[in-house]
Amino acid sequence: MINFLTSFSPAFILIAAGIVAAFTPLYQGRKFLMIAAPALVLVLINIMYLNGDADGALGGYFQVAGIELTTIRIDNISIIWGNIFAFAGILNGIFGLHEKCKITDTSALIYTGAGLGAVFAGDLITLFMFWELLALSSVFIVWRGGKESYPAGMRYLAMHILSGVLLLAGAVIYGKATGSYEFNNIGIDAPGGKLMLLAFGIKAGFPFLHNWIQDSYPKSSVTGTVILSVFTTKLAIYALLRGFAGTEILIYIGGVMTVFPVFFAVLENDLRKVLSYSLNNQLGFMVAGIGIGSSLALNGVAAHVVVDILFKGLLFMSMGAVLHRVGTAKASELGGLFRTMPLTTLFCLIGAGSISAFPMMGGFISKSMIIAAMFEGHHYIVFGMLLFASAGVLEHSGIKVPYFAFFSHDSGKRPKEAPWNMLVAMGIASFLCIYLAWPWGGEFVGFKGLYAMLPHDTTTGAAEFHPYTADHVVFQMQLLMGAMFAFTFLKRFGWYPPERRAQILDFDWTYRRLGLNLLKWIDAMWTRLGALIIYMLKTMFGRIGTRLYHVFSPAGALSQAAPSGIAAVFTAAMLAALLLGAYLF
Amino acid sequence: MNITSLYPQWVFTHGPALLVVLPLMMAVITALLPSKNAVGAKLAWLFTLGTVVVCALLAFALLMQVISHGPVSYAMGGWEPPIGIGYYIDALNAPILLLITVIGTLCMIYALPSIAAEVEPTKRALFYSAFLVSFAGLLGMVATGDAFNVFVFLEVSSISTYVLVAMGASRDRRALTSAYNYLMMGSIGATFFVIGIGFIYMQTGTLNMIDIARVLQDGGVDSRVTKLAFAFIVIGLGLKLAMFPLHTWLPGAYAYAPSFVTAFLAATATKAALYLLLRFSFTIFDPSWDFVAKSLMYLLAGMGIVGMMVASLQAIFQNDIRRVLAFSSVAQVGYMLLGVGMVTTLGLTAGYLHMLNHAIMKGALFIAVGAFWYRFGITQVSDMKGLGKTMPLTMAGFTIAGLSLIGVPGTVGFVSKLALVRAAAENGWWWAVGVIVVTSILAIIYIGRLIEQAYFHPAPKIGNKTVAKNEAPLAMLIPLWILAISAIVLGINAEWTTSLAEAAAHVLSGGPIVEFPHAVGGH
Repeated sequence: MINFLTSFSPAFILIAAGIVAAFTPLYQGRKFLMIAAPALVLVLINIMYLNGDADGALGGYFQVAGIELTTIRIDNISIIWGNIFAFAGILNGIFGLHEKCKITDTSALIYTGAGLGAVFAGDLITLFMFWELLALSSVFIVWRGGKESYPAGMRYLAMHILSGVLLLAGAVIYGKATGSYEFNNIGIDAPGGKLMLLAFGIKAGFPFLHNWIQDSYPKSSVTGTVILSVFTTKLAIYALLRGFAGTEILIYIGGVMTVFPVFFAVLENDLRKVLSYSLNNQLGFMVAGIGIGSSLALNGVAAHVVVDILFKGLLFMSMGAVLHRVGTAKASELGGLFRTMPLTTLFCLIGAGSISAFPMMGGFISKSMIIAAMFEGHHYIVFGMLLFASAGVLEHSGIKVPYFAFFSHDSGKRPKEAPWNMLVAMGIASFLCIYLAWPWGGEFVGFKGLYAMLPHDTTTGAAEFHPYTADHVVFQMQLLMGAMFAFTFLKRFGWYPPERRAQILDFDWTYRRLGLNLLKWIDAMWTRLGALIIYMLKTMFGRIGTRLYHVFSPAGALSQAAPSGIAAVFTAAMLAALLLGAYLF
Repeated sequence: MNITSLYPQWVFTHGPALLVVLPLMMAVITALLPSKNAVGAKLAWLFTLGTVVVCALLAFALLMQVISHGPVSYAMGGWEPPIGIGYYIDALNAPILLLITVIGTLCMIYALPSIAAEVEPTKRALFYSAFLVSFAGLLGMVATGDAFNVFVFLEVSSISTYVLVAMGASRDRRALTSAYNYLMMGSIGATFFVIGIGFIYMQTGTLNMIDIARVLQDGGVDSRVTKLAFAFIVIGLGLKLAMFPLHTWLPGAYAYAPSFVTAFLAATATKAALYLLLRFSFTIFDPSWDFVAKSLMYLLAGMGIVGMMVASLQAIFQNDIRRVLAFSSVAQVGYMLLGVGMVTTLGLTAGYLHMLNHAIMKGALFIAVGAFWYRFGITQVSDMKGLGKTMPLTMAGFTIAGLSLIGVPGTVGFVSKLALVRAAAENGWWWAVGVIVVTSILAIIYIGRLIEQAYFHPAPKIGNKTVAKNEAPLAMLIPLWILAISAIVLGINAEWTTSLAEAAAHVLSGGPIVEFPHAVGGH
């Protein structure tokens, strides 16, 4: 049984579960699948990993169009993503227990499966297949958000299909030039490398390619946003880490990614959109870490992915709970909810503390690693940007989200506490946020357990790192206290941007508005061009004679189809061209 | 177990002839059936179905025979090939025979409800008879090894096809003008083709394909007459296979013919013509001759590329569903021509593979569209609103085939597009890779439009009531889903189809065939 289950990519188990769920009328059955399938996969991948050799477990070979595909590659890097993806799958299942939507259940399972399949892909073609499946399955989750989410989902799909197309083009160029489709370090200078970097960049939310995140995530349903926040972007981080570790330009891209969402997030009113911006900002830390490429930095990225999935999921869950109970997640309409939703408030605060990297909480042990690696790499400007961004994170995610939702001025709303299943999911995530940063205990307890999973040894050597040293803690506290002081100061004197209903124009306006108008213009021009050609044909034949005109342009039914006379002329012209060619050559 | 051992021996010795003669004979019998009552029509359908099923079994046996024992040759009436008419079946045309007969079988199942709705009762028996003639013609032009015989069957199938298209008139009068248009164009194509054959005969003094190739190899290469013959044949066949810009007959014919005819034609007719183009360019003429190579590269690949772009754009702006799919067919022919125009083994494999795969997906799409009309009278894209709710199974089959047409991984469309991209990359044709990618995006738009209408708009209301669910009859769903499932199965495990395409490409890259095979039947 185990032998059979480990002989193919675990992604297929989840995809099969998704297909079964699509035909399961009882929602209890689907919910069972939602939790059991990722749990089974979690067990299986660890068995496969432990049975593998030094290069990891390889397998699931496939032959498609003459290329051998490796659908299983579980090594010390992909197992980290595999574990946290499967675990997040379980958490999402618990969080969504109350929901009775077949489409979300089905696509969530397939989406999770696609994410795992892509992480375990050993070659670029497999990666591409799951990459596309990821986009196709997730767009249905976006669309569950109601009417407004439909165009957002379309834009989301367009971006991701574009990303897939770029990836395939890059992969083919790369495979052709190197003769191998294996997915290892690619490098930006490799043939097709830039195309693939761009493909990964779209999914990772590089600046100016990021808007699909803030566009689609906040418009999805309560559970949808939680599910979406886990896989797509983190998979892109994985792909970047595999393919482009140590590419210098990523340091600067990452730096920009951490800084610019801060401003948008501070101004934004929809708290789920604030979180989407902060998601972008956290991705920036990871991208910058990949850019450094040292073993310490890569460790930091891997650790940060794990904790980020937990605390970002937790924050989205808490806002989802608010949305579920109150019906809105807009800062201007919330406030004072801590009275009736105390547990949700607590969990949200833990998530906020983790994302702000308070010592003893999730973000601290991973983010400090990336920042330290940045310092060691002598990239002082980006180092400064990361510090600014850390303070900014505290500002918008650490303080703004819980403050405006649960405290602030009393909105008078007295919703019920979140449903039990949401509390359980948030509770588990909160527990892990604290547990994974726990400084005391034996060798595999607390943060040491997380560090032991990382690809490079953290106790000695180049990646040696101890988070709980006096200067780390003090430095971090100074930063956080400073930021908190700034918030209090601005708020006290009324200078903090008030929570207002407003549209913030981000870069996506350019391609939403401009792109739409461009398409309309092309459409109009195409119609006009067609009309012009018909007009020219008419005048041309008009000159030859009305008789010909009557033959070649019959009115009525045939006006759309080309008359056979014209087609005959075409035929003769082509024959003439071919004969001329044959005569000349 | 060897499947071929289940067949009686005469299947292998007389199969090639039976495949063509049987439907021709049955066409006569079907035409004589009483046509005044419904029983006659039902009987005609049963006869026709039986015939195509037997033909499918024969074609399968021949394919197995070719795979295991190499080419099969058959001397009609016992007259040895260079003098008599010889039939010649190898790895290049055996899969096409199977394709035509299998698609024919599936379409015949579909025909029962579809024809009952679209053709007047008194004409049904004659309709089936015309179909059998067309079917026999297609098989004949693929199976024969005689160049003039090709022309005869080309005309046999074409003329009966014009009739079939015109039968759509009881549904839409525009079928008549379309059929007329098709008749004009088809006749021009056939004339060009026969002029080409005439020039070949003038040059070589023989009409047998293998014999022609032998004489040409002996030294007819540089002759102007040979070049002239090649030019006429390529243009004539280009018209028949809807090479851009000679495709103008196709959208009308596909859009207004009865649904059953469209589904059958879209999946088979252009494929048979493309096969002939391959046969003539590679195994009769020689692709190593300069003017053949240049025409293949500049004319086929060039027109293929232009056709892919222009026809895809045209498909986007169509209002009639069948016209959307028809223009997409022109674009897909462009993919095949592009693969053929590369003249490399990989390119030929990709083109041939796409030919087989395209038949599967287009067959499914047109069958589904016919079902939409059958239940709700839908022909326009804007009328597809809510079909995801009102005809869920039909629409799901349509969607699978549509995704395959786009080239979504896990479907046949992806397999052949990937093969094509690889072939283009191996050839160093990066611009072609770009065009394939761009046209795939265009395909997302024109197929996405249809799928979007069906799934993201509520079903229309009549009075105050939303239109109720009304699934297509089983006789339509079964062929649709057989094709849709094979689009997925052959998309995930493409070994069988790829091996067929590779075998065909192997024949093509082997150069002209000048030796008669040993396995000769018909004595």
